[in-house]
Parts: sequence; C-alpha cells; structure tokens
Amino acid sequence: MQALARFFDGDVFYSFRRSPVAVISAMVVAICIVAAVLAPLISPYDPFDLASLSLMDSLRPPAWAGEGDRAHLIGTDDQGRDLLSAIMYGTRISMVIGAFAIAFALSVGITVGLIAGYMGGAVDAVLMRIADVQLTFPSILIALLVDGILRAALPREFHERMEFYVLVFAIGIARWPQFARTVRGSTLVERGREYVMAAQVIGLSPRRIMTSHILPNVLGPVLVIATLNLGLAILDEATLSFLGVGLAPTQPSLGTLIRIGNNFLFSGEWWVTIFPGITLAAMVLAINLLGDWLRDALNPRLR
Amino acid sequence: MFAFILARILQAVPVLLTVAAIAFALFAYVGDPVAQMLGQDFTVEQRTAMIHALGLDQPIWVQYGRFIWAAVHGEFGLSFRLAKPVGTLILERMPATMELAFCAALLALVVGVPMGVYTGIKRNGGLARLFMILSLIGVSLPTFLIGILLILVFAVLLGWLPSFGRGTLVTIGTWSTGLLTISGLKALVLPAITLGLFQMTLIMRLVRAEMLEVLRSDYIKFARARGLSERAINFGHALKNTLVPVITVVGLQLGGLLAFSIVTETVFQWPGMGLLLVQSIAVADIPVMSTYLLLISVMFVTINLIVDLLYYAVDPRLRINRRSLTGGR
Repeated sequence: MQALARFFDGDVFYSFRRSPVAVISAMVVAICIVAAVLAPLISPYDPFDLASLSLMDSLRPPAWAGEGDRAHLIGTDDQGRDLLSAIMYGTRISMVIGAFAIAFALSVGITVGLIAGYMGGAVDAVLMRIADVQLTFPSILIALLVDGILRAALPREFHERMEFYVLVFAIGIARWPQFARTVRGSTLVERGREYVMAAQVIGLSPRRIMTSHILPNVLGPVLVIATLNLGLAILDEATLSFLGVGLAPTQPSLGTLIRIGNNFLFSGEWWVTIFPGITLAAMVLAINLLGDWLRDALNPRLR
Repeated sequence: MFAFILARILQAVPVLLTVAAIAFALFAYVGDPVAQMLGQDFTVEQRTAMIHALGLDQPIWVQYGRFIWAAVHGEFGLSFRLAKPVGTLILERMPATMELAFCAALLALVVGVPMGVYTGIKRNGGLARLFMILSLIGVSLPTFLIGILLILVFAVLLGWLPSFGRGTLVTIGTWSTGLLTISGLKALVLPAITLGLFQMTLIMRLVRAEMLEVLRSDYIKFARARGLSERAINFGHALKNTLVPVITVVGLQLGGLLAFSIVTETVFQWPGMGLLLVQSIAVADIPVMSTYLLLISVMFVTINLIVDLLYYAVDPRLRINRRSLTGGR
C-alpha cells in the first residue's frame, strides 16, 4: 500500500498526469487489455462456437448501414461470425503472442548480454558479432524466414499443434540482439563498481554475481525498450498472419482477420477488414506513444 | 582505403558462409530427396545407387563444398512447387522487385527531403505540425494496412488505379519492365506509395532533426551576417550538411525496402521475388527458400559495404578514426 501511495505522489505519476498523450494512450491500451482479458465474458458471441454460426448471417454490414442488424453491431464476416466478438478474441491472441515473443526475446537477450558483458574477451566478441550481423537484417525478414524454416522442418501435424509456439519463437528470436546490446552496455559499467568487486572478493560464483547482483541494476533501461518493442512484435505477428504464415483462420488474430477481410474488399464489404485494421493501428500507436513517454519520463538522458 | 575495403570484405565472408550453411542444412536434413525422386517402388540397391549418384554418401563437408560450388555457379536445384530451376524463377521475378524498390526509394527521397527541410525551417507553422502528426501515423500503420486502405480508396471507390499486377510489360533482353507503358506506370503508383511511405516519414523526421541542429551552428549565423538570401542559407549551406546521415539511413533502409516489398507484393499480387518467397514458404518449397536466403544475405552484405564506403567518401573526418568505424560494426 505504501509503495502504491509513493507511486501516486512520485515524479513519474506527476509527469503522466501532465501529458494528455500519455493519458489517452494508456486509456486505449487499458481498453484493449480489458477487451482481451475479458473476451470470453463480455463478447456478445463466441466466435469459436461453430454451432452458433449461421451462413444466413454472413457478411452483414454494421448496424447503422442499410441492411444492418442490431444484433451484430459492426457486422459479420464471411462465415457469419460477429465481427466485434472476433476482434475481441483477435486482440487477445495478438497481445498474448506479442507479449510471449517479447518475454522470450528478453530472456535470451538478457542472458547473452550479461554473459558477454561480464565475461568479456573472446566470448563477448563472438556474441556481439552475432548480434551485429543479425541487427543488419530487418526483424520481420528474420521472423518470416525462421517461421518458414520451422514450417518446412517440423512434421505437418506437429507443426499445426505447435503453431502458436513457432510464431512466438520466430518473432522473439528476431528481436533479441537489441536487448543483448543494451544489457551488455550496462553490465560493462556495473562490472567495475565496488559492490561487484566485493562480491568477487568474498568468492561468489560468476553466475551468482550476474543473476543476483548485476541483473537487478541493469534491468531498467531494457524494460523500457521492451515496451517499445511490444508494439513492433504485435505488428510482426499481424504481418506474418496477413502473409498467411501465421495462425490458422480457426483461431484468428487481428492480422488473420484483416487477411480474411482483404478478400471481400472488392465486393464492397469494407467493414470486415477496416475494423480489425483500425483496432490494430490504434493499439500499436497507443503502445508506441506510451513507450516513448515512459522512456522520457524514467530517464531524460536515455535519448 | 584499400586495406579498409579488404577488411570489410573479409568480415563479410564468415557471415555468408554461415548463411550458406543454414541454407545447406535445409537442403540436407529437411525432407528426403531420394524418396521423392524414386517414387513408390524401389529396391534397396536402387536406393543405394541413387544415394551414390547424388553424392549423398560423401562426408558432410564435401557435400557442403559442392553445394557452395553449385551456388556460386548459379545452380540452386528445382523448385518443388513449380518444377523449374530456382535460379531462372528468381531471375524472372527480380526486375519486378527492383523496379518497385527503386521507385519507392525515389519517392521517399523526392518527397521526404523537401518535407523535412520545410518542417525544419518552419518549425512551429501549422502545415509543419500537420506533417509531423501525419508522419507519426505513417510510422504506426503497418505496411499491409496502408496498402489495403489505398486499394479501398483509389481502386475500389474511385476506380482510378489498378489494384494488382504490373500492367503491360515491355521486355528488353531478359529484363521485363513496366516503366515504359502507361498501364505499367499506373500499376506502379499504389505499390510504390505503400512501400515508400515508411521510408518517407523516416527521411522527413531525420532531415528535420538534422536541419534544426545545423541551423543553430555558427557558420549559419555567419552566413546570415554576410547577408546571404534565406534560400542560399537553407539549401546551399544547411541542407548540404544534413546529407551525410541521410545517405547512411537511405542506404541501410534499402535492405528494409527489400524486406517489406514481401508484404507490399503480397497485398498487390505484384509478381516479384517477395511474392515468390511467401508462396514458397506456405508450401515448404525448400529450394526456393534457401536460394532466397542466400541471395538476400549477399544483397544485404553488399548494401552494407557500399554504405560504409559512401560514408567514408562523404565524411572526411571518418578517415582519421577509421579503426573505430570498422571495430564498431
């Protein structure tokens, strides 16, 4: 409770209240999170319940358009799924994949960065060289190729069951170098501090020093970068799903919904693609703005 | 200078060999080419003979050496999906991707630089602020969504421009170009905008930031004191000095253009290398995937090398501490 009170009195919350951009972004993100978490409870229909779908309802326009139906506020897709419910579940899937991918990238990046920064020498040179080479390739290209290689390498049935984890792995592995570089930089600074020397003198193992002494002190900046990367990871997932190498249409993320809607653009059913598109763009924009604000608020020197 | 180029080329070799090893591993361990070539009925002797004929009984490093040798000579095997040599397939589609990427880059430069200069000079003007807000939206919209919105407005609602394909093509030698016919040019407009928009906002923001920096410097104040015209100061003195970082970013973004052309080509069904890759990944067409992997790494390594050299040529200060440049990358 005391920590909470201190937060609301502190500088960070003050600068948050003073920034309308941050407040609005936080609201948008909060709405997305609530819709995603509570989707099974608050969505008007269950888009995965095949029994409730009726082709009679397919491609209904939004409620305010001519042939709209009040029961489906922003219309339905080609299979008669309620679009609002599908978007809620889609947001849920997009967010979960993005968050898991960043968590995976963080754990790889932090491990590599700590080892490279603390060990130094040849280990450092080799690890950072790998990171540099990977950084010259755009992350979406790496995610696409990793996904493609796994798709070819894993047996078909196994891949279908593991699709979610394959996506998390492909998107995460494309983003670790940035985290590794940041952690390595801060580790190099911390390594020379007295508390690390003291820990070395009393004979703690390098592993112990890295995990319980250096890690807590280098975590701040990398977590800020992780916020900024979350938006990008969600976009990566949407792009892969749009290209048709993401999740199957039975489990649509926002990217899959946009891909499905794209087929109906020419016949005038614009809502099937536009509403998921707006949701995706608003969510990513809000996360990016919030990440920018957080970076400036926590450390003015970081820029 | 020569030592610098040589060092950069030598650094690229292990990168390319690693990528080649991944591409080779795809060929060697994913799927069973012998089973595919023999079909349903075969004897053990036939299988052994086939394995011997293909050289698959040799040590792995001999096979790797042969793979690289073939790749250097442009032999990449047959596509599983289209049963054509992969080298020919990719060569056929290269002009489409190159023309698209080139036009997108050109568009980004021609529009992005003046907008950057304008927003830099008129920092607090209404139009400048509008540009900045639009650029923020441009950065946050995913490429495929921009493409879909453009199609919806200009192809479906207004019907001004085509939404897929390359239009009528003219073939010059082995290069098929869409730049010489009206329908080809029309077909290029929407994809080029889609692909170039992100780079455009990036260049605009970069030029703006650099302009703000340069306009504060002493030699600009001195130029003002000499009574030079605003035009001469802004374009002759200030803009020239903002171009070094712009060259670097544009060069490095060429790689990004190639990567995002995959998305743009899928949206507009543009028959380039990116669309070929996406179609191949969906059906696990390994020869096409591993060839693309090799090709794109060679392109990236070359682009990085050229950017480094340009940087070196444009900014004389770098010639003094070139050790930090080669060590830093």
